[in-house]
Amino acid sequence: MSRMRLFMQRVGWPRVIIGLFFVLLVVASPLLGLKLTDVVSDVLRRWALFGILVLAMVPGVQSGIGLNFGVSLGIVAGLIGATTSIELAYRMGGPARPWTELGIAFLVAIPVALIFGWAYGHLLNRVKGSEMTVSTYVGFSAVAFSKIYWAVLPVKSGTLIFPYGGEGMRNTISLEGTYGGLLSDPDVTANQPGILKWMAFRIGGVSIPIGTILLFLFVCFLVWLFLRSKSGIALSAAGENELFTRSNAIKVDSKRLQGTILSTVLGAVGIIIYGQVYGFLQLYAAPLYMGFACVAAVLIGGATTRRATIVNVIIGTLLFQGILTTSLPVIQRLVPQGSRLSEVVRPIVSNGIILYALSKTKGGNQIEK
Amino acid sequence: MKSKKKTNQSEVSQADIQVIDGTNPLKASLDWMFNNKVMLLFAALSVGAVLVSGISMNFVVSNILTRFARNGFTVLSLLIPVLAGLGLNFSIVIGAMAAQVGIFFAIDWGTIGVPGMLVAFAIATPLAMLLGFGVGRLFNKMKGAEMIAGLIMAFFAEGFYQLFFLFLLGGVIPVKTPSNVLAGGVGIKNTIDLTGNLKYALDLVKLADLFLVAAVILLVVTAFKAVSSLKKKEAFPLKPAVFLFLSAVLYGVTFIPGVGDYFKTDRLPMISAIEIGGLITVLYCLFKLIVNWRRPAEGFKKTRYLVMILAAAVLYGLTYIPPVYDTIKSASLAVLPFGLIAGLCVFNRVFLSTRLGQNMRTAGQSQVIANASGIHVDRVRVIAMMISTVLASWGQLIYLQNLGTFGTYGAHTNVGLYAIAALLVGGASVQKATNKQAITGIILFHTLFVVAPDAANTLFNNAMLGEYFREGVSYGVIALALAMHAWQRKKKPALEVPE
Repeated sequence: MSRMRLFMQRVGWPRVIIGLFFVLLVVASPLLGLKLTDVVSDVLRRWALFGILVLAMVPGVQSGIGLNFGVSLGIVAGLIGATTSIELAYRMGGPARPWTELGIAFLVAIPVALIFGWAYGHLLNRVKGSEMTVSTYVGFSAVAFSKIYWAVLPVKSGTLIFPYGGEGMRNTISLEGTYGGLLSDPDVTANQPGILKWMAFRIGGVSIPIGTILLFLFVCFLVWLFLRSKSGIALSAAGENELFTRSNAIKVDSKRLQGTILSTVLGAVGIIIYGQVYGFLQLYAAPLYMGFACVAAVLIGGATTRRATIVNVIIGTLLFQGILTTSLPVIQRLVPQGSRLSEVVRPIVSNGIILYALSKTKGGNQIEK
Repeated sequence: MKSKKKTNQSEVSQADIQVIDGTNPLKASLDWMFNNKVMLLFAALSVGAVLVSGISMNFVVSNILTRFARNGFTVLSLLIPVLAGLGLNFSIVIGAMAAQVGIFFAIDWGTIGVPGMLVAFAIATPLAMLLGFGVGRLFNKMKGAEMIAGLIMAFFAEGFYQLFFLFLLGGVIPVKTPSNVLAGGVGIKNTIDLTGNLKYALDLVKLADLFLVAAVILLVVTAFKAVSSLKKKEAFPLKPAVFLFLSAVLYGVTFIPGVGDYFKTDRLPMISAIEIGGLITVLYCLFKLIVNWRRPAEGFKKTRYLVMILAAAVLYGLTYIPPVYDTIKSASLAVLPFGLIAGLCVFNRVFLSTRLGQNMRTAGQSQVIANASGIHVDRVRVIAMMISTVLASWGQLIYLQNLGTFGTYGAHTNVGLYAIAALLVGGASVQKATNKQAITGIILFHTLFVVAPDAANTLFNNAMLGEYFREGVSYGVIALALAMHAWQRKKKPALEVPE
């Protein structure tokens, strides 16, 4: 009994309930006439899709800026990279070179994210104690101003340009024919040469986006390595106890800056991978609430506003995205108009989790009045 | 002994003031500009946008007045949580949701006009009180993170709101008017037209009716006070009696044939509003000056009242200048909404001098000190949230009846964003917000809102850009104001460790 209680304490009630609910949904789906293979494929796909975006929370939380609601800043940087690479490929002409385009997307996005993250980090260093509120609104305004950028940019590529009027970019950009599905869609990878053919495959009807999963785990490993390094430990210490860290001659502000930049860069990389798996880039208002989904996922995984680990990310993304993907078809079978019910339940679950975490940690406020 | 000390103090403070005034007027005005930088920046932006857009001032002024009547109440509902130290109340969205539930049932039950609004009011108010109580209790668990919690609370409540309107209404709770229900028989349609039932229900209330209501309320108050003072054997309450007499006279005036027509209107022309406002200001100042002349009080600033009289005179004089007259001649104010906004301004002001208001201010400044002086901090904070939520729900009622269409799933989403942005544009901060800032903010913010699309159209040949720009500005202004607030607080933190 006591061992049971200890286990519950370690894992936490919310995670146990959500985990059981997830298992229930997966078990229920074949009983309701859904193909289990499809359900598992969808869950794997969504897990790989959101992974790196959720991972972007870790450096932020560890360095002490709290939950980075402003990860949409990084997302905007990533989208700038992704669209620039498509436009460049169009201007260059010639045959499609999906791998080069993916590489250029990263090459453009990461420096932009570095600049954004640097400025954003300096801002957050000046607003210690209310980072979460400020970051939320920085993220919102970044997305709002990015709309102007999308609308005025003189693009020429047919996939980017707005179909009516021919000015600015369209809302949803298809990545078919460029790098969409390169690491995740078995149908796309089937035409690739050599080992690239195995970036995604099917086993008994379950499609496994092994390329994206490996990439996600590899980036997780890199962040894990960084957090184990001397610099990373200093970063975690800065988030844990500012006074202690400062007394050990570690510059807290520069560590926080590092964490913010890393978080923003991961956001940029994450959205490119997201687009790659999803097959579309969504511009304009789409990134507005993405930060909230990432925050909810990492919190479901067991993180708090002061502590987040790689395991939290991996488990949290699986549970959160798993529930979202499986609940939709299951509810649809159970209730008429189920798809709408699922849409309604989604904000209740994700925001409820965030509220719960905030109430547990007494807020992220370090400066007591 | 005591009085001597007091005079000493006042001498010192007067000397201080003179020193500040005397040394450097340039520095004083620069300081003022620095303290109001957000407001000034926005004013410049608004004026620039008006000039660029080339819209006639006539149109701009009448549009701003409409928007002021629509949104003013909601913005003013934000002031009390700021006073109580809860910061900007992002969860007023929840009050707006309560109002929308009230509006829906008022329509569903077929009530129209003012009775319909009263039904909506009767449903929305207790619901908003209940929700405000819940939010306040929750905020007490997250002290220091109220703003982010309020924001997320609003999104959280959004889910339940949709659950109610999409599944419970028609599914569990029967709906009387089938025209409002979605095709499947469950859930409510996206938009509900208020034309013919609640549209302009409050805007069309006549001035004479308002006087009647005011007279009745004053009658009740006077009677109550008279009875209580008779019981306590105190002097007869003169003040309410005088007010009662005045309002009775005003209502009596409406029965005089020629003058009565003037009061039978539901819209006050702006010129009359300026005349009346100027007259009241002058009378008030003269009253104060006479009182002071008869019984001189300490710290009385004569110049202040003289300046007020002068300002009223200048404002009245301005209406005789042809371009100004042309601009405002067709503008008019809806009587009841503006009356309610003015009433809320007075409430916010009077509330400060009550015991509860003072307790809130203390709790807002330091919870530790408030606790030590016997104030039940948590209770005070919950009350502040309840008041704010209820006021926000009334604000949404005013907004919807003026707008005339009720977007079931979208009418409330931007309430918090725009109200808070408007308040911050006026120069308010997380810790201090006044009526004046709220009013300035609404005017500036909505000026930009009215003209931004046209300005962008002339500048870039693309009206959408103006839309994006004003959205970006409203988010940006909140980010900026929050950042500046946190920045200033960091300059003088409680605990400073040298690097």
